[in-house]
Amino acid sequence: MAFDDLAAPIGLTLALAAITTLVLLVLGVPIAWGLARWRWGGKEAVAAVLALPLVLPPTVLGFYLLLLLGPSGPGGALAGMFGGRTLAFSFPGLVIGSVVYSLPFMVQPVRNAFEAIGERPLEVAATLRAGPWDRFFTVALPLARAGILSGAVLAFAHTVGEFGVVLMIGGNIPGQTKVLSLAMYDYVEGLHWGEAHVLAAGMVLFSFLVIAATMLIERRLRRVAE
Amino acid sequence: MSDLRAAFRGRRGDFVLDAEIAVPAACITALFGPSGAGKTSVLRAIAGLERFDGKCSLGDAIWQTDETFLVPHRRAVGYVFQEASLFAHLSVADNLRFGLRRAAPPISFGFEAAVELCGLAALLGRSTPELSGGERQRVALGRALLSQPRLLLLDEPLSALDRGARDEIMPYFEALHRTLTIPVLLVTHDIAEVERLADRLILLREGRVVAAGPLNDLLVGDALGVKQARDAASVLPGQVVAFHAADGLSEIAVGGRALLVAGRAGRIGESVRVRIAARDVSLAATRPSATTILNVLSATILAIAPVSDAEAIVTLALGETTMLARVTRRSLRQLELTVGAEVFAQIKGVSLLAAPRG
Repeated sequence: MAFDDLAAPIGLTLALAAITTLVLLVLGVPIAWGLARWRWGGKEAVAAVLALPLVLPPTVLGFYLLLLLGPSGPGGALAGMFGGRTLAFSFPGLVIGSVVYSLPFMVQPVRNAFEAIGERPLEVAATLRAGPWDRFFTVALPLARAGILSGAVLAFAHTVGEFGVVLMIGGNIPGQTKVLSLAMYDYVEGLHWGEAHVLAAGMVLFSFLVIAATMLIERRLRRVAE
Repeated sequence: MSDLRAAFRGRRGDFVLDAEIAVPAACITALFGPSGAGKTSVLRAIAGLERFDGKCSLGDAIWQTDETFLVPHRRAVGYVFQEASLFAHLSVADNLRFGLRRAAPPISFGFEAAVELCGLAALLGRSTPELSGGERQRVALGRALLSQPRLLLLDEPLSALDRGARDEIMPYFEALHRTLTIPVLLVTHDIAEVERLADRLILLREGRVVAAGPLNDLLVGDALGVKQARDAASVLPGQVVAFHAADGLSEIAVGGRALLVAGRAGRIGESVRVRIAARDVSLAATRPSATTILNVLSATILAIAPVSDAEAIVTLALGETTMLARVTRRSLRQLELTVGAEVFAQIKGVSLLAAPRG
């Protein structure tokens, strides 16, 4: 058994999930805010497009992402500016794919949280001289923090567990794109049951800890908010 | 200090607003009317939370014209909403400081003053969810005042509270009379609230101003439609002129006449507000000589309006003020009392309401 081989996929997976979650916080929270606050009729169409990864087969999503990130897509052009040829089969490509794939898991809870706040606290803040940015950062964000936490945890966990998309766009390159779920698949394929057991049990424990911690924190946040 | 002037026109679904109002500084003006009259719409338009066509200015600060519209956070308003709407993620003290931190200098109304005025000292260490309805509304009032407003807007601040909480919080709103020099606009549909708090009244119906003026002028007038009610009353500003210690009676000057009330009404010279219920006033054609009624004042009948087969409401002129009396039509007939007649009003009860601004 080669337990040393476990370190690379685990590290890569954690790095991918952490970076994806950070990108989604920066990207998803404003999107959720827009979807919660816009009074534009077409916003549900935007919401539906962003929610597509929930129902699309991951391989379909992976296929389109492969085209987008590949040498002849915009991803290839972007890679060209940095001296590369393609974003597919690279760690940055994985991050982009994961962000797209996990976006609805971040946006939906955060949008719900923003909508639950309602107009009133923001109007109150406006009559207390708080401008739009001020209102967003000092009223909307703190009041939505339980939803933002939920979104971040869901996005992180979802990224850790993704398989189809990373297989399509990652190429399973050890140390670069071979994440935990692909390693797991390889171990089982190669009948390395010992490593598979360690990985699987580790994931069960990890998932349990994440969910338990989230529930505890969320309960405290909600109690404060009531 | 500056007055508020505003005129708004517009349509929201079936509701049409076409109202022009003026709110003078240093007094509380009630915006009164049935629900759906557009009271809250006017208030929101003044704060800039809703946009109607029209204009709005406070003294020389122009908030809205045909071409310009100042966003809410640049208007020096204090707004107290029907539900206190405290920030759930902030402590009581941080709720209070929210507006104070963002207020433009100079800070004329400080943290300590707000705590004192709204009785918040015991609440500062508490978290907002554990406050009662009345306490929350007091914090909301303090928070609004600390944003150093030049106009205070109160949107039915008492209506979400039960009677006990309302009685508990009323003195804090009455205290606004003594401390504030800015215009205060109070939305309400409760006439008892109007009688206790308002100096002036704007009557709004179906988006239009039906009548506006000093409180008592509207209470005894026809537009408001309250003078026929069983609990109709006159509410008059007065001033304590003497205390007769031997009798335990205070003498209050009201519109050039003197009224006696039991107990010490206040310091000599202090302004008070008296309420005289229409059914506590009876009329005599000649001055009654032997009566236990303390306050007998000569008056002239201005108007007689039947309210039922049996009763009529009589509007009286007493010196500079007017007052209502609810009497039987039979008595009017037997005493041959008609409009213009000189009578004596016997006032059985005078109750003291909050002191108006002194």
